Amino acid sequence: MASEKKYWKNIEQLDTENVSLQSLEQREFAEKLPVNETATETEDASATSRRDFLKLAGFSTAAATLAACEGPVIKSVPYVVQPEQIRPGVANYYATAIADGFDFASVLIKTREGRPIKVESNKDAAVLGSANARVHASVLSMYDTQRLQGPKANGTDVSWDDFTLQVRAQLEALAASGKRVVLITQTLPSPTTQNIIQEFQAKYSNVEHLIYDAVPASAALQAFENTYGQRALPDYDLSQAKAIVAVGADFLGDWQGGGYEAAYAQSRIPTKHHGKAQMSWHMQVESNMSLSGANADKRIPSTPAEQRNFLAALYNKLAGNSATTNLDDKLSAAVAAAAKQLQSSGANGVVLCGLEDVAAQEVTLAINALLGSSLIDVASPRYIRQAKSTEIAAFLTDLKAGKIAGVITSGINPLYTLADAADAAKAMERLELSVAFSSKLDETASIAKYVAATPHYLEAWGDYEFKAGQFALAQPTIKPLFDTRQLQDVLLDLTGSETSYYDAIQSYWKANILNGASWNQTLHDGYFSAPTAADGALKTIEVSAQLAALSKTSEGMSLVLYTKTGMGDGQQGNNPWLQEFPDPITRVSWDNYLTVSRADAQRLGLINENTSNGALNGSYATVQVGGAQLTAPVIIQPGQAVGTVGLALGYGERLGLKPEMQVGVNAYPLFQNFDPVQEVQVSLASGTHEFACVQLHNTLMGRGDIVKETTLEVFSTKDKSYWNAVPVVSKNHMEQEVTSSEVDMWQEFDRSIGHHFNLSIDLNACTGCGACVIACHAENNVPVVGKTEIRKSRDMHWLRIDRYYSSETTFEGDNQTKDNIAGLGDSLTTFGEMELASENPQVAFQPVMCQHCNHAPCETVCPVAASSHGRQGQNHMAYNRCVGTRYCANNCPYKVRRFNWFLYNKNDEFDFHMNNDLGRMVLNPDVVVRSRGVMEKCSMCIQMTQKTILDAKLEGRQIKDGEFQTACSNACDAGAMTFGDINDKESRVAALTEDDRMYHLLEHVGTKPNVMYQVKVRNTEA
Amino acid sequence: MASHYEAPIRKPLVTGNKTYHDVTVDIAAPVEGKANRQWWIVFGIALTAFLWGLGCIIYTVSTGIGTWGLNKTVGWAWDITNFVWWVGIGHAGTLISAVLLLFRQKWRMAINRSAEAMTIFSVVQAGLFPIIHMGRPWLAYWVLPIPNGFGSLWVNFNSPLLWDVFAISTYLSVSLVFWWTGLLPDFAMIRDRAVKPFQKKIYGLLSFGWSGRAKDWQRFEEVSLVLAGLATPLVLSVHTIVSFDFATSVIPGWHTTIFPPYFVAGAIFSGFAMVNTLLIIMRKVVNMENYITVQHIELMNIVIMITGSIVGVAYITELFIAWYSGVEYEQYAFLNRATGPYWWAYWSMMTCNVFSPQFMWFKKLRTSIMFSFIISIVVNIGMWFERFVIIVTSLHRDYLPSSWTMFSPTFVDIGIFIGTIGFFFVLFLLYARTFPVIAQAEVKTILKSSGDNYKKLREAHE
Repeated sequence: MASEKKYWKNIEQLDTENVSLQSLEQREFAEKLPVNETATETEDASATSRRDFLKLAGFSTAAATLAACEGPVIKSVPYVVQPEQIRPGVANYYATAIADGFDFASVLIKTREGRPIKVESNKDAAVLGSANARVHASVLSMYDTQRLQGPKANGTDVSWDDFTLQVRAQLEALAASGKRVVLITQTLPSPTTQNIIQEFQAKYSNVEHLIYDAVPASAALQAFENTYGQRALPDYDLSQAKAIVAVGADFLGDWQGGGYEAAYAQSRIPTKHHGKAQMSWHMQVESNMSLSGANADKRIPSTPAEQRNFLAALYNKLAGNSATTNLDDKLSAAVAAAAKQLQSSGANGVVLCGLEDVAAQEVTLAINALLGSSLIDVASPRYIRQAKSTEIAAFLTDLKAGKIAGVITSGINPLYTLADAADAAKAMERLELSVAFSSKLDETASIAKYVAATPHYLEAWGDYEFKAGQFALAQPTIKPLFDTRQLQDVLLDLTGSETSYYDAIQSYWKANILNGASWNQTLHDGYFSAPTAADGALKTIEVSAQLAALSKTSEGMSLVLYTKTGMGDGQQGNNPWLQEFPDPITRVSWDNYLTVSRADAQRLGLINENTSNGALNGSYATVQVGGAQLTAPVIIQPGQAVGTVGLALGYGERLGLKPEMQVGVNAYPLFQNFDPVQEVQVSLASGTHEFACVQLHNTLMGRGDIVKETTLEVFSTKDKSYWNAVPVVSKNHMEQEVTSSEVDMWQEFDRSIGHHFNLSIDLNACTGCGACVIACHAENNVPVVGKTEIRKSRDMHWLRIDRYYSSETTFEGDNQTKDNIAGLGDSLTTFGEMELASENPQVAFQPVMCQHCNHAPCETVCPVAASSHGRQGQNHMAYNRCVGTRYCANNCPYKVRRFNWFLYNKNDEFDFHMNNDLGRMVLNPDVVVRSRGVMEKCSMCIQMTQKTILDAKLEGRQIKDGEFQTACSNACDAGAMTFGDINDKESRVAALTEDDRMYHLLEHVGTKPNVMYQVKVRNTEA
Repeated sequence: MASHYEAPIRKPLVTGNKTYHDVTVDIAAPVEGKANRQWWIVFGIALTAFLWGLGCIIYTVSTGIGTWGLNKTVGWAWDITNFVWWVGIGHAGTLISAVLLLFRQKWRMAINRSAEAMTIFSVVQAGLFPIIHMGRPWLAYWVLPIPNGFGSLWVNFNSPLLWDVFAISTYLSVSLVFWWTGLLPDFAMIRDRAVKPFQKKIYGLLSFGWSGRAKDWQRFEEVSLVLAGLATPLVLSVHTIVSFDFATSVIPGWHTTIFPPYFVAGAIFSGFAMVNTLLIIMRKVVNMENYITVQHIELMNIVIMITGSIVGVAYITELFIAWYSGVEYEQYAFLNRATGPYWWAYWSMMTCNVFSPQFMWFKKLRTSIMFSFIISIVVNIGMWFERFVIIVTSLHRDYLPSSWTMFSPTFVDIGIFIGTIGFFFVLFLLYARTFPVIAQAEVKTILKSSGDNYKKLREAHE
């Protein structure tokens, strides 16, 4: 019907006679096109005008030019068969384990579209389920352009078949002639690997297996073996601790494999029982200022010799012996205090010792036995350090004497980490067979005749027994990026076995470990517990000989070598996240340095000074240990024991690292006989070192409202208003709390609907370990800017951990000093003095990220409204709206906003992971990479909270408390960071807003932040 | 003529026995004559500085703000210092031409043209900085409230930086119109004297067809008065708004209610100093000593002395309030200003701005051309340091000591600043060769009352 309707377009259509109109209607173009004429008519009769010719010529030239241009080629290959588990935009998590010989942990790996992009703690794992900063950063080490991409024989690339063929032939030849071959591996607490190695040794009877740790715990192992008959390390459960006395043991750092911070933090949160608050008491007796020392209630700076005497005196005191000591008054008082606390704590006291000295370790075991400590676990000890220094020394002697014909190394770089690496290198060059299993062409691999390219742990299988009865499984989370094979597979191949390591693990576990439990479930969980029935009773031992050995005193200066939180033994030296990670104590990145006390620095003429842009410079010092000498830059370290200097291992590696990463000095040549304590001569050297330090001012200047703290006694007995008062302002001569709506110039909008996110940071639980800093880096694609930019105070960290030293002996003393300033003249001198840290200061850590102020100063000043407030409490930053005036950063009282001074990705000036395709694989696709000229900052991981909300919505359920996480709160194993929705009244974070200890940073400014802190309580008893 | 009467006690404003024709000839001379060697030398230097600055700007825009010395703590330094400094300098021109017009100060007539030219040229320099200091200057138009295709995106009217956009653009446009209005009869004068057709054509266009009819003059007077009325509040508002950039913030040392009057006084202070700098040279170079007399310079010196003292009082008030407030962050901010790592900047500021103008109490000194010139330079150095002190020393040590750091300029920071000085002088030198540098039409109105020959004549007949 409708088709019969006719619409007239114009009046002329009425006239059916109008031929011209009809013909016009038939034609597409009203005018005759000249193009046709060009084609049809002869040349001279052509109606093509000059203009038309030019048009055609121009068009065809342009078309030809365009066709000749190569468009941008994006190499993306679609899946031929869509994998079932990979859904674009949805992350998959796999449980695995890291065991690189230094760090051991059960972890979860977040993968996106098949790419591992983030490491998280496996919180369900019973032991070592917490990832530290290095483990968090380890995912980036997989996307390292310096990695070996395939096996090499005599410097040329070969196939794996050729490789095994050649190595097997050599091995067989050596076996036939009965020459010694040594297989040296990192500590591998892997039951299946041990099995494989035994089979390998069965085939090649001339092969010996030697375990080598770059930084061993040989003395502790020996002491435990002597006492309990097993070569292992006792484990500790500090969560129930009431008194901890650590002697030279940085147990919050890398002492005996680390991993103690979570339990420690539990004991540090003050809880009230029947009106009396309780928390553990922690004394640290040490030389270098360590993380543990920074967290201690009482820190006794002392030389290693004094520490040995301290241990002996403590034993005598606890045992009731009346032996004379040669301790000074300060240490005697410390012994008395420690003894008193330990005795009153009963079984909840423990002594930890980090001295590389069997006598000291045995005395420590004896003290713990004396205390009847329930915190020490000798029944199921740790297997994560196994090297025996004497064996290594014997091997080296044989190696140099030419008694060894072949060496196979795996997961280690002894030619970098040995004290006499140069001699060892010469001996290695003479070997008939040298094979290095390595992921990069490092010092050892570059000398080895055969280099086996190994996969990253995220590409490999593994099984571990971290602790007796506590197992972990490692599985690949991605197909190996390069042509790599792991040690176990190659050994199986060389043994002539047809099975793979994966099959070997599975059959070994099913036969020996799982005891009927599901393999798939175990692989899914990543860990397996099979409690042992070993005897856990502590053994009392006779230690009079050891006590006598401890009483030696030493003259001269001691060098105390240590490992840095960010670098460990140096395996991940090419990891830009870790290089840029500021040390929690010194806040220096991209370097190691000699830490010197101020008294010694003055004596030796060593200085630190700031240049005109604030950057830190330091003198160089010549450090001489025995025959080894090196020049290291100097940091004057508050809390460094006079008469000692500290230097971190793990830096100064030169091979297998990009030029940008070749920073610091190699301290391993000073690590003689694997003893971290060395007699040393230090003298001033010429030149000035340029440091990249992110915090140039060390003291709190008496600003006690920034890091609020109180003592356990006050916390226990006084009202909140006494020790955590809300600041007040005067309105109409009436004092009002700044949080009151009376003194608020803004209209508050209704926040009771929907989610309202808050983050609580407990200053008692935060140990300053920095895992959150790296987690934030990884989650949010925070760029690495390099040493020179850090030096210009342009670090990009969204989350930083401020570290303050007290200027008086305590922060409370600082507050009093400031309050007691009388008059202008006094303030001039006193504030100057307060800029200097005390010789043995109190230390405070304070993680600071965007505080997500409800009344944000940044939001009002942005001319283009790029910074604005979200309904859920976040302070948003619209990167693509930002024009980069930096007004917001100036007006931020917390100075958490970070500006993209340059283009930090795809820029050769910043040749870090964001400048190559491999490195960019680690980027989180949920977070945009910021361009030059825009401001960025913490987003409260909005991509994570939104994901949680959407998942719950999809599943049609309420969100449970604990589901909301940020990268930092998720990474905080110490439980210092609690994130959640305060509109969920049952949530932990909602309860924390009401906690007596809760305060907001710079509350008096009236910014009303959504980040809160919990007052730090110090246990100042005794 | 009663209107030509002026009290004999008043000093003549035009010396050298000038007639109306002399005034015309003298003021048209620089435009009609050829540039001398000195002009070319100075112009060459200014142009070189300008091109160097332009290079630095191109480098900044193409590479990033990282080429400057800024950091995470100090987000503004030389950029906004220069911005406020140039805006401040501009203020004298408007004050002279608008406020002094309303107050019927005849001595302004010899200097208002050049003072206003200075205003416009310095606002041009000032306007550069808010644009190039942006991380993404190519998006600078986003700060304008123009309808756009970005959805509901709109500018943030809470932001003082947005107020700046309005303040500066209003200021520039009103100043330009006011200046041009005053120029019309003078352009017409040059047009009428021009012998070359091209010149005649150009000045004809510039003078908007001024014919000199009584109606023209009547409208001219009315428009001048209206524009003076419009421009007067701008003298106060522009720098008040600029001061809001700091005053509305929460940073100790910025968050201060005294800023608006303090900034306005400082602006007039620095502006008069710059007028002195320019005119002392110009009167010599283009032979205007009979129009811009020692009397003029003395009067400007008195303004400098008074505003300098106001600024001094403001500095001391700030210190007093910091102490009196009892706010520890505020107290530390000011203590740090005076005695911290940037003490030298603070004391340079104090010496240049508070102490040096006090010499003007002495008649001998304030009538000395050389001394006035030196002080005018010193004052502008001081005022630059004032802004540097406010911006950098407040930022570099604010609330959390963990973020405290220092600022040090790079060659790019310095290059851009020198470049704007070069640009300013390029514009001013071109102006001095092509524009009538004195409002001759206005000067002629006071010739019979304030010309020395007429005053003498009157005296002789009394």
